Amino acid sequence: MGKLFAVVLVLIAIGSAIPIVMHWYPMAQDISTHGHLIDDQMGETMAEAGIAFLAAQFVLAFFVFRYSDRKDPGKIRTFPGGARTMVVAAVLLVGSEVLALGIFGQRAWAGQYFTPPGADAMTIQTQAGQFAFYFRYPGADGKLGQQHPDKIDEGNQNFFGLDPANDVESRDDVVTAELGIPANREIRLLMHSKDVGHSFYVRELRVQQDFVPGLDLMVHFTATKPGRYEIVCTQLCGLGHYNMKAYLNVMTQEDFDAWMKQKTSEQ
Amino acid sequence: MAPTGFIRKYVFSLDHKVIGLQYYGLAVVAVFIGMVLSWLMRIHLVWPNSPIPGLHLLSKNGAPGDVMTPEYYLSLLTMHGTLMVFFVLTNAPFAAFGNYFLPIQIGAEDMAFPRFNMMSFWTTFAAFCVLIAAFFIPDGPPISGWTAYATLSAVGGDAGPGMAYGQTLWGISIAIFCIASLLGSLNFIATTLDLRTKGMSLMRMPICTWAWFITSCIALLAFAVLLPACILLCLDRVAGTSFFIPSGLVFNDHVIPHGGGSALLWQHLFWFFGHPEVYIAILPAMGIVSHILINSMRRPLLSHRVVIGSMISIGFLSYVVWGHHMFVSGMNPLSSLVFSFPTLIITIPATVLTLIWLGSLYGSRLRINSASLFALGFISMFVSGGVSGFFLAQPSIDIYLHATYFVVGHFHLVMGVAAIFGVFAGTYFWFPKMTGHMMNETLGKIHFWGTFIGAYCIFMPFHYLGMVGNVRRYSSFVDDFLQPYLPLHKFITFAALTTGAFQILFLLNLLYSRFKGPKAPVNPWECTSLEWTVPSPPPFDNFGGVHPVVYHDPYQYGIEGSTGDYVMQSSPETIAVERDEK
Repeated sequence: MGKLFAVVLVLIAIGSAIPIVMHWYPMAQDISTHGHLIDDQMGETMAEAGIAFLAAQFVLAFFVFRYSDRKDPGKIRTFPGGARTMVVAAVLLVGSEVLALGIFGQRAWAGQYFTPPGADAMTIQTQAGQFAFYFRYPGADGKLGQQHPDKIDEGNQNFFGLDPANDVESRDDVVTAELGIPANREIRLLMHSKDVGHSFYVRELRVQQDFVPGLDLMVHFTATKPGRYEIVCTQLCGLGHYNMKAYLNVMTQEDFDAWMKQKTSEQ
Repeated sequence: MAPTGFIRKYVFSLDHKVIGLQYYGLAVVAVFIGMVLSWLMRIHLVWPNSPIPGLHLLSKNGAPGDVMTPEYYLSLLTMHGTLMVFFVLTNAPFAAFGNYFLPIQIGAEDMAFPRFNMMSFWTTFAAFCVLIAAFFIPDGPPISGWTAYATLSAVGGDAGPGMAYGQTLWGISIAIFCIASLLGSLNFIATTLDLRTKGMSLMRMPICTWAWFITSCIALLAFAVLLPACILLCLDRVAGTSFFIPSGLVFNDHVIPHGGGSALLWQHLFWFFGHPEVYIAILPAMGIVSHILINSMRRPLLSHRVVIGSMISIGFLSYVVWGHHMFVSGMNPLSSLVFSFPTLIITIPATVLTLIWLGSLYGSRLRINSASLFALGFISMFVSGGVSGFFLAQPSIDIYLHATYFVVGHFHLVMGVAAIFGVFAGTYFWFPKMTGHMMNETLGKIHFWGTFIGAYCIFMPFHYLGMVGNVRRYSSFVDDFLQPYLPLHKFITFAALTTGAFQILFLLNLLYSRFKGPKAPVNPWECTSLEWTVPSPPPFDNFGGVHPVVYHDPYQYGIEGSTGDYVMQSSPETIAVERDEK
């Protein structure tokens, strides 16, 4: 039975590695300027984790194969070096490897979160609420009008609680249900939730950030490839969570200008 | 004096062994409910519009015409997670086996506070009833997941079905559960420190006793934080306070009259409990598995001290890493960086433990039976679940993998399947002691193969789905993007149903062997620790009024020149050379 265990374990280990090695389950394509850092880090981690996974399973399988149900009641032998070697090996080898991963992995994180967006980044606000995303562009004046929670009226399409009668800056704000952006231009996305926790996740952009009620958060990114990509809410937000999606529409600058013109005329 | 009446003997018993069995029984009930819920969810995921016969009996609104609504799916995932984490993974490896065997292993007659012990079980039972009641109230169980993130969980009925009374019941249930766990862990700590028999120094305690002791220290600190958190959550819901609710939130176009709280505070409090909870589930399993492996290998582990040291460091580190659940939550990005490093450092003691298990297998005389198969399966699952932690410990990669099936695969393998393998191993190993009957080995081995292969078939593919960006907690996959992966989802559903069927085999084996199994000798596995010196099942006061004396380290196996290849811990037999640890 021990030998069967060893054989099954080796088959499981190899079977688990094949889909990754053969790229049957690839990551979503990367359309951002920062995504390659994340992808590289993922590749390095996959290599390390894969080696650790296969090595441990194979050693387990080998020892079980070799030492289970021994017919000869041979003398019990101690692993060469004993526990001290194990501890030293784990501290030196595994410790230094995972710490190296951690340190190098910070490049991608720092690029996203410790570096502010450039001065010419385009500001867009997104508001998440049960169960839709809305996006607000500052319009010609480049300024977003004030929000008034008590003025939110979804029936009258005032999703952000704007007060154009008294607030000049809000009059030219453009509100959409789709996030349209120009390619190769940095976007500064201001994030705000009106009710519960939500999340903004675009796989292709390598961006995921929760909306936390009461906190104003920000992410910045540059998309490189025109196309239509799904925005998903990954934070369980209530009964309609399964349906809470929006689309990111990455366009060329000309297409974006035309799109924005059309959206402005619809307000 | 042993009680003779049915109520005092079996229901409100002060005997730690009966209480251990009560915890075990409760965990078995909870795990079967939790498993059926997971079946329902898996079926809904791949055939969202198909009726599931009889489902409307569980909930008319949640399953009109037996077809599950997507909202009810969220209810089921909330109840599945809560039942499994609290009532199975905390109860079975820790409270059930710990209660039964910790006093016997240290040579005590009972727990330090038997009445506390009885109270902690019945309090847990009350928590279970309150949680299950949520199925039967008009607006149904809550839909906020087992993490119950504020503000969804805090604002009340405005947040949707189940979020009125259902969520309040959830909060009350978990608060009661925390009280029970606090009572239980205090009792474990006092018993271990105070009731050890003569000769039983701390370093002579078996590894599983150490694991239960460390776990009770973790549980004491972790549940002490969750309890006030749940009370504050319930106050927000019913008393108009705003601990977790900031100002200016709008539901249905109305600003709610709360203000000044912090939604992120709930996440911090919850995960300060939630991360150690992973180790509350897995550490006892590590202890049980080590105990069983040593017995099966007929040799001690390479180092008793290093194993205990590793478990203590894992327990300590579990307190400083809770933020790795919150990398994309909006907390200060520098915190994410800081939390990432201790998370990665946990790899070191975890690797040491794995290497010690593997290194101890080398040159051993491994006996294969159902218990040792599950113990070996545990190592395999622990490694498989553990390596995916490399990914999630790094905030930069977490940006992509957070809230995807990768995470689901990771924690199910490591804290779900691995911990449950520990419970199965413990069950096959200790069943003869607990019942006086042997379990059926053939059924046990069939159960192992079905569960081992099945668990890999279910949870490995989750990692692949996470890699392609399949997010969790969505009740159907109708998008174009995920359509190509639907066959894999179907495969997982088939695997889940099949693996579940093997658990029914286990249940049958349990019941059959309890009544029809052959009579068990006192020490069927030729084990050395104290529980194998008492009759099967042990009498009311364990040792018949005579406290054992301990002369040796717990694992005297492979003894040259002795009558057998082992020497009992309580045997005064002199061993020529006390083993020298390298």
